[in-house]
Amino acid sequence: MKPVAFEYCRPDSIAEAVALLDEFGPDASVLAGGMSLGPMLNMRLARPAALIDVKRVQGMDSVVAQGAQIRTGATLSQAAAMRDAHLMQSVPLLRLALPHVGHFQTRNRGTLGGSVAHADPSSEIPLALATLGGAVELVSKRGTRRIAAREFFVDVLTTARESDELLTALLWPMRRANAGHAFDEICQRHGDFAIVAIAAEAVVDANRALAHLALGLGGVESRPTVANTAAFLGRTADGTLAREIAAAAADAADPMSDLKATADYRRALVRASGAAVLAAAFANAGRP
Amino acid sequence: MLRLKAGMRHTVALKVNGRTLTGQAESRTLLTDFLRHELKLFGTHVGCEHGVCGACTVLVDGRAVRSCVQYAVECDGAEIRTVEGLAQAGLLNELQQAFNRHHALQCGFCTPGILMSATHFLADNPDPSEAAVRDMLSGHICRCTGYYPIVAAILDAARAVREAKK
Repeated sequence: MKPVAFEYCRPDSIAEAVALLDEFGPDASVLAGGMSLGPMLNMRLARPAALIDVKRVQGMDSVVAQGAQIRTGATLSQAAAMRDAHLMQSVPLLRLALPHVGHFQTRNRGTLGGSVAHADPSSEIPLALATLGGAVELVSKRGTRRIAAREFFVDVLTTARESDELLTALLWPMRRANAGHAFDEICQRHGDFAIVAIAAEAVVDANRALAHLALGLGGVESRPTVANTAAFLGRTADGTLAREIAAAAADAADPMSDLKATADYRRALVRASGAAVLAAAFANAGRP
Repeated sequence: MLRLKAGMRHTVALKVNGRTLTGQAESRTLLTDFLRHELKLFGTHVGCEHGVCGACTVLVDGRAVRSCVQYAVECDGAEIRTVEGLAQAGLLNELQQAFNRHHALQCGFCTPGILMSATHFLADNPDPSEAAVRDMLSGHICRCTGYYPIVAAILDAARAVREAKK
């Protein structure tokens, strides 16, 4: 239960961090809060030659509004995000998701960027980012690129990040006018890995017809997915529609089976919990 | 930029319970092991050693965090509080007295971590609801008490601190 010997590198700037990643490539692990990487190191599931600790990189935990987006620096802790009233107001889905992330003690150190870079399929922050259509900012010696969250997550603990790239920020779309949000998850104990997590953002028009919907599923497949719900737009946003959409999402999903739950059980959870989350999002949507 | 080679020992200085203490650590030395083996502060307990059980919780710069999933070199220069820093001049503080009154510990293995979490939690939430206390406690595993006396002790300590401030 002790990590392998590694070189510890603590860059002061993004340029220094990126130079280290260029030097070590896949032999380095980037350390932010360490709430996922730490256990993997202790269990020697991760055996990096170098740890690049980015916690003291200047300004990498900043929160900045940029037009229709809000940019959160990668090392912003989950607890600090919860205390940021403007961020929580601007991204209500993140506000609803964060209390499900680990525990008080792990949120004090765990970061938004670290959770996204780690890409556990049951994680709440990647799910919220993908559901909202947010993006990830990556920096390397070759330059800076932004990639949609829905393309960033590739597989279990696997992302589109190249080994010389540093995840520097997340880009969250600002709250849509009158949008309603809801988030829930089913796990063995509160704070555990979600068996199924469900996130929804809905906009309804003056006649209560569904004008926009994003329904995200976490813990179901090997990465967070967003259901195709285009066929339901224009229908009256009520409990019947919520059940229909959740049933369609459950049928379309290709859930994994593991020690915690079978694929069939996960599909049943999407159907039941999905309907409840959608109904809540419809109810929370403001009248235009 | 700081670079510390693998397999070598480096000097780490921490401000622990108000005193600056230094010791030697490899880059991979866990903060728990540094506190216990190098600084001989055995009050911080080691349970699961992967961040789940909460026994090793200490305050780093005022925030309750797991000391088993961070490294001593990461914390160089940080302010650390451990269970040894709670009692003043041999007198248990309000939180410790409340644990005593409510029999909030039996074997005591989880207690140092819970006391440190509650210290940070109560500093941020001087008048918490029972639900909020339970939510905070979800980050700790206690196999003796069933948590009821711990919840009661933390709520009682909050009340005692509030009344002492009046």
